[in-house]
Amino acid sequence: MSLQDKYKELIDTARSAGTGNLQVNEQEGVLHISGDAPSGAVKDNLWNIYGKIDPNFLSGDVVMDIKVATAVEGAKLEVVTQSSNLNVRKGPGVDQPIIGKAAHAEIVTLISKHSDEWWLIRTKAGEEGYAHSQYLKPVE
Amino acid sequence: MRNKQLSTILLCVVFASMVACKGKPSDTQIQAKVTEQLSTMPEVTADVKDGVVTLAGNVADDATKASAEASVKSTEGVKSVVNNIMVTPSAPPPPPATDSTAVVNTADDALRTGVTNISKDFPGADIKVDAGVITVTGQLSAAKWKTLKQALDALNPKKVDASGLTVK
Repeated sequence: MSLQDKYKELIDTARSAGTGNLQVNEQEGVLHISGDAPSGAVKDNLWNIYGKIDPNFLSGDVVMDIKVATAVEGAKLEVVTQSSNLNVRKGPGVDQPIIGKAAHAEIVTLISKHSDEWWLIRTKAGEEGYAHSQYLKPVE
Repeated sequence: MRNKQLSTILLCVVFASMVACKGKPSDTQIQAKVTEQLSTMPEVTADVKDGVVTLAGNVADDATKASAEASVKSTEGVKSVVNNIMVTPSAPPPPPATDSTAVVNTADDALRTGVTNISKDFPGADIKVDAGVITVTGQLSAAKWKTLKQALDALNPKKVDASGLTVK
């Protein structure tokens, strides 16, 4: 069974949910899927389907990079850490000094994206700095 | 204070224009961003042509040279980096220019930087990068592993190999 067949439900759902710039291609036995989901819920759903086809994502035959299209300047973002505070840094990088914290589940504002990884945000307390995008989820 | 405010506004404008032109940043835009990245290294100069950044200048050690390249490489729109920075007193041979394709990021340095940013929050996992492949070993909860897998996939590696990982 080809990878495209194995992950057909995932690809079909990504397509029907209106994922922008959807790209699916196979390289060296790994299926690369990327695109911009119209909402955080669509992204979550795609990851759930992926987890259903490949329990615990252990096969290593997919690399899925789905971004959320609503994560644009001025968007509200929820801090989705496990439970701890999110570090807000002076610059983009873990070597940069911490200038503030955003609480778990706090809603912050996206000012701009330095890169896919580092976003400039404003906290509820008005502090501005860089945080890692992995802990920021657009609020619908 | 006033200067700081001004520069913040300026920064916002620069960022805004970059995001607006996200489709394909022009050399001028890349140049601006790269120059900003290198603001802490005044001895390093950068030239941008067709998305290829050529770094030049003189630095004291290999680490500075590598960090200049790493910080530039992650900049949006940069296709590849030619690192012509000289290290004095001991000048090593310049590394070959790296190139990356649209889909697969084979530049291990960029992957390693990304992994370093992520790994500190996943103490149970050991994450290694080799030839574009990220290998994860150790032990993680299912929820943490899902978060980690999402973050690692976003780095565009060739593959994320978790065959040595135990999910609790």
